Amino acid sequence: MSAPTLPLDSATATTVDISAPVIVFEDVVMSFGENEVLSGVSFHLPRGETKAVFGVAGSGKSLILKLALGLIRPDSGRIVVLGEDVTQMQEAQLFELRGKIGMVFQESALFDSLTVRENVAYRLMEEHGVYDENIDRRVREALRFVELEHTLDLNPSELSGGMRRRVAIARAIITQPELLLYDSPTGGLDPVTSNTIIELIVKQRDVYKTSALLVTHRLQDAFTMATHQFDKQNNRMIALPPGQHCDVPMSFLVLRDGKVIFDGDLHNLANSPDEYIQEYIS
Amino acid sequence: MELTSPTDLAKEKVLTVQDYFLFSLQTVANLFRKPLYFADMIQQADTIGVGSLPIVVLTGFFTGAVLALQASNTLERFGSITLVGQLVSTSMVRELGPVLTSLMVAGRNSSGMASELGSMVVTEQIDAMRALGTDPMKKLVTPRMVATVFMLFFLAIISDLVGLVGGLAIAKLLLRLDARQYWANAWESLVFQDVFMGLIKPVIFGFIIATIGCFYGMNARGGTQGVGRATTQAMVAASVLILAMDLIVTRFLMATLSYR
Repeated sequence: MSAPTLPLDSATATTVDISAPVIVFEDVVMSFGENEVLSGVSFHLPRGETKAVFGVAGSGKSLILKLALGLIRPDSGRIVVLGEDVTQMQEAQLFELRGKIGMVFQESALFDSLTVRENVAYRLMEEHGVYDENIDRRVREALRFVELEHTLDLNPSELSGGMRRRVAIARAIITQPELLLYDSPTGGLDPVTSNTIIELIVKQRDVYKTSALLVTHRLQDAFTMATHQFDKQNNRMIALPPGQHCDVPMSFLVLRDGKVIFDGDLHNLANSPDEYIQEYIS
Repeated sequence: MELTSPTDLAKEKVLTVQDYFLFSLQTVANLFRKPLYFADMIQQADTIGVGSLPIVVLTGFFTGAVLALQASNTLERFGSITLVGQLVSTSMVRELGPVLTSLMVAGRNSSGMASELGSMVVTEQIDAMRALGTDPMKKLVTPRMVATVFMLFFLAIISDLVGLVGGLAIAKLLLRLDARQYWANAWESLVFQDVFMGLIKPVIFGFIIATIGCFYGMNARGGTQGVGRATTQAMVAASVLILAMDLIVTRFLMATLSYR
């Protein structure tokens, strides 16, 4: 079975500067009361790349995603997403930008009063108003992508944790956004379900070349993504030979005490002389 | 438990009032910005209006009935028992219909809105909505405000009518008064000012019920405990604000409408 094709949304059909980074964080500082969570965080995410963000609990990983989406404003610093400075934008302008970004929340954040069909169709319904044949086709395609087409008329409460995450992925990718933000998509899931989710993320990365920022505390997930590639012909993820790991558009960012202590690829991460990183990845 | 200084507490309260004012302002301003979410307004009107009908009818009926019963005792002493219709109608239309209906709807819907929106906040559904490019204020708050104001207006009218029927039941069955005399007395005693006052109040109270419920819901913090707290606070704040506003509105209208 080959990977189903998702229709290209009009929002992504615009001309974009492919050399420009999708996300740029410049000296971003964010505090909650007296607790400075981010102390001058700077990094960039090149187009087409997936960057895994690591850090201990409370290190500000999820905060980075919310800042990138403009859900929270930083105390200082600059955040540029898809060429637009989100720190200078009004909420109304941000709604337009968010149309080009897909977000998968930590606990899925599906609307519990809507069915799976309505959840996945939500963004299209907001744009077009009426649930028509075209929306139905796109909903089915998105759900087929996550292999949950049979759950169309179920409520989120009737789904397992893993299924909810997959529906959340379907909801995020239905408009084929230019950027995907994953907040601990495998958190609290069993290894088999986690692997299914990771395979979907790899599929999105390799088949649709979508840029992504992935927050996780599960090293094995990020290592799987860095050492595997999606085989479109066989519709499954395959392991790459050790010499080809750097061919995958995958990088790592490690946070410690509100600062970025590592930003690079798998090879550099594995060979980092930093004791904290060595301890973290061991 | 950490103690808060009186100054901090006062600042916190003033800040909450300011936030509520801005929240209400934005709710109204959204009426003039697209999209308007008509389908959500209809759905909320059904939930708030039709759903509240049974309690409003029961409250109205028993209030009118007990009003007639209490009044009969006093009126009988002055030989004016036939004025019971007038007393029930003016009391219900001017005051008890709008206020009791609003309190009932506040108890049912202000807390309902706070718990529903509060749950959405703590489960990140509000953030998800913003992430999906939808303004939660437009999608969730403004339709609830419009629906509550619109439906409370009609619920108050229904409550007035049912209250008069309750009064009639007592007048006819216990006081042995003539039904036609009761109705004529009740109807003729009403003047424009009474009806105007009785119709303007539910509009103001409806706005309070919806905005207070949504305000506490949207500001819920701290998981399920926070949602529970928001629900209680919303109901208490809405009820107190309705009674306080009732006094202010009554005084204002009596002054401006050159009340008899």
